[in-house]
Amino acid sequence: MTATGIGAPVRRKEDQRFVTGQGRYVDDFNRPGQAYAYFLRSPHAHAAIRSIDTGPAMIMPGVIAVFTGDDLAADKIGGLICGWMIHSKDGSPMKAGPHPALAQGKVRYVGDHLAVVIAETLAQAKDAAEAIVVDYDVLPAVVDTAQATKTPVQVHDVSPDNTVFNWHLGNKDETEAAFARAKHVTKIDLVNNRLVPNPIEPRAAVGEYDFGTDNYTLYTTSQNPHVARLVLSAFIGVAPEHKLRVIAPDVGGGFGSKIFIYAEETVCVWAAKKVKRPVKWTSDRSEAFLSDAHGRDHVTHAEMATDENGKIIGLRVHTTANLGAYLSTFSSSVPTYLYAPLLSGQYDIPAIYCEVDGVYTNTAPVDAYRGAGRPEATFVVERLVEKTARELGQNPAEFRRRNYITQFPHATPVIMTYDTGDYAASLDKALEIADYKNFEQRKQESARRGKLRGIGFSSYIEACGIAPSQAVGSLGAGVGLWESAEVRVNPTGSVEVLTGSHSHGQGHETTFAQLVSDRLGIPIDQVSIVHGDTDKVQFGMGTYGSRSGAVGMSAIAKAIDKVIAKGKKVAAHVLEASEGDIEFKDGRFGVAGTDRSMAFGEIALQAYIAHKFSGQDLEPGLKEGAFYDPTNFTFPAGVHICEVEIDPDTGVTKIERWTAVDDFGVIINPMIVEGQVHGGIAQGVGQALLEGAVYDQSGQLITASFNDYCMPRAIDLPSFQVGMTVTPCPSNPLGIKGCGEAGAIAAPPAVINAITDALGHEDIAMPATPQAVWRAAQKARMPMAAE
Amino acid sequence: MTTVSLTVNGQSVTADVDPRTLLVQFLRENLRLTGTHVGCDTSQCGACVVHLNGQAVKACTTLAVQANASVVTTIEGISQGGELHPMQAAFREHHGLQCGYCTPGMIMSAIDIVNRKGNTLDERTIRAELEGNLCRCTGYHNIVKAVAAGAQGMAQAPVQQAAE
Repeated sequence: MTATGIGAPVRRKEDQRFVTGQGRYVDDFNRPGQAYAYFLRSPHAHAAIRSIDTGPAMIMPGVIAVFTGDDLAADKIGGLICGWMIHSKDGSPMKAGPHPALAQGKVRYVGDHLAVVIAETLAQAKDAAEAIVVDYDVLPAVVDTAQATKTPVQVHDVSPDNTVFNWHLGNKDETEAAFARAKHVTKIDLVNNRLVPNPIEPRAAVGEYDFGTDNYTLYTTSQNPHVARLVLSAFIGVAPEHKLRVIAPDVGGGFGSKIFIYAEETVCVWAAKKVKRPVKWTSDRSEAFLSDAHGRDHVTHAEMATDENGKIIGLRVHTTANLGAYLSTFSSSVPTYLYAPLLSGQYDIPAIYCEVDGVYTNTAPVDAYRGAGRPEATFVVERLVEKTARELGQNPAEFRRRNYITQFPHATPVIMTYDTGDYAASLDKALEIADYKNFEQRKQESARRGKLRGIGFSSYIEACGIAPSQAVGSLGAGVGLWESAEVRVNPTGSVEVLTGSHSHGQGHETTFAQLVSDRLGIPIDQVSIVHGDTDKVQFGMGTYGSRSGAVGMSAIAKAIDKVIAKGKKVAAHVLEASEGDIEFKDGRFGVAGTDRSMAFGEIALQAYIAHKFSGQDLEPGLKEGAFYDPTNFTFPAGVHICEVEIDPDTGVTKIERWTAVDDFGVIINPMIVEGQVHGGIAQGVGQALLEGAVYDQSGQLITASFNDYCMPRAIDLPSFQVGMTVTPCPSNPLGIKGCGEAGAIAAPPAVINAITDALGHEDIAMPATPQAVWRAAQKARMPMAAE
Repeated sequence: MTTVSLTVNGQSVTADVDPRTLLVQFLRENLRLTGTHVGCDTSQCGACVVHLNGQAVKACTTLAVQANASVVTTIEGISQGGELHPMQAAFREHHGLQCGYCTPGMIMSAIDIVNRKGNTLDERTIRAELEGNLCRCTGYHNIVKAVAAGAQGMAQAPVQQAAE
């Protein structure tokens, strides 16, 4: 391992600009002549629009234009799309209601887009929006996930009972048979609380149109600018694909919420041409709460069957998944193919059957949020496994160990084939780091102080490296999920890598450069990573699902192999040897068995000078591209152990210890990987203890600011003890599994298992706020009081 | 319009502003100092923290006119002669940032913490004092390490503090 190669904790190249305030985020871009957009949003969760009078706004100071859904329709601008087709059990396609960028006829959630005001200043646009007169016929709303199909309220005409799909996976008959022969059945009812992703940078867009060239430019906070361009051109019809440049510069966190193609960027591009000015929109946090796609929101009943040996023999799950008022870009895939295929967890479970009802409600659209379906699956499995162990009177760690998959590859009953892993190794290491053997001692010490101490496990697995195109195509995806890379070697030997992945905090400018430095034997500062601009990078699928290492870097590795192969041809000419005798090692092309060799940079120069070979037998230049399509998902897995101490008098839960042992396969930069683990755990702890998006019965979001929605702060979290085990992934050339989502997937059941362990009963929901824990602690005390 | 005159990162600035202009808008829009960020609208996230007369303030909750005749330091103004401020260097060294959006506010708050609490900071103090700054990426683990290290670094670079 070199100081900057694979496996080295290289300090990040991008940090120089971020720590000096020189990062360039979308809101930092100001285009000449720019005007400002402000969206009038629905204050009602559900209402028919009788009329919209924009006249009073049009005469307000500074107003350039006011547009409504009718204006978009007149220009034949299409609605927003959902790119993953799910079929119900009966074979019928999911019921996708219309999703206009600006409402037509009806609004369906608080924050739904009614009109846009474009003005000289943002303040003028906001002032004018208040002057728009909307005559609403307010309708009753449905907000509750479990009640969505049991109400006369109808969100979309296409779905009379608000059902989007009734989907299933697994083998029902085999599962029923397993339950029929079970010695013990454990049942659980769970709510996976609705979350707001809340990257600290709010979404933003600047649309621009050049009348001279007929070119459109969109600066946008996107995790996948090429997909945004494709959807905006091919489906929404804002601009032809080859005339639309989408730039996603520095992006301040995404966590899934910036994958999707939203109304605001659609309108900004379109309006820029209408008003002949660049149009800028920046979300404020209140708008973000209302209109960013939310995450999770499942209601689940699940049962686990075990035999007389404490072996899990069956799992059946019924989930109702709230998809909100409209189907967001990838929403339908999250509670289906990103959820049920993970229900086998790390366990050898011979029979699994899962039913999922996707439902509409009058709430913000729900889509992928860090983990996307996999945290929900892990919560079901790990809560059930823990509860089963307790009911059987078994140690939760050893119960898990007894049921672990140990032979690979392993085909689960829910369509996944796990390629490799060593789950017991992670468990052993986690037990050691967590000092599990002395837990009872610590628990007694807490009890002496009147505190309740508990310990909780989470033995998670996820499917990442999304994903083999053929596989996802057969499951309903509208696109393939490969990745592209282009490696451009300059005559001086420096290298630019153009990648279809997008970095919004992951540190690709460093890790990707480490790979190049390692493979080509050139200094890391001779490597630049280019991403986030459709005029520079030809195409790419973007960053989500912990895919950029396993898929994006594999594409780079493939392109590097081609560069080396071409370099060998050049070297053969220059060194006057046969190509078969050329070796590339430690950054030098040499003739085997001789001392004749040239550095990578020298060969690069020769490739461009081309004096030593004719263009007929070898093309000049050194530039290669590759598209890499993975052969399987990757399966990062690990064990997290959470130890809490609860003050029964206040209900405050303090996390005393957090142990994470993860198997991410080969690691490029351990510093960055550990950082990803930390951040993921924080979001998972946030879900378990603090966060919850709450709508009242009329559909008002009552947690619509950082005052009301409890984001994790430094004081809420401990320092984390992070360990690693490594089984290289056999499904990609680098052996990488992916690390971005693990913490968010692992953490919630670890926390709740610890709290329920401390309390001695299972009756606690997320978020386990001090109030909820205090109530639960009082309930736990009641039998004692009766004594 | 109202005239404001102040010193920003050592430079004298005078401008006519709408009286409702926030200090963060003035910095970002008038002066194009875009390192100071806006992450919320309720003074909760701290992405906009700058120093006003040497003390940390949230520039989203300060009117530009309130900064009249004052000295403002932003993230762009703390490194000297091409050398990172010790707190900037510590955030880089300890991977105290990922997307970088909260980072300027974090660094400006961290310097203020050191100014108030000294150069030897324990974990508990740092976590409590970061109450006004939200980060969604790092889980704070490495930010806490960076602040502790940056505090030590500031003790060894008194010139940097004098520049504040």
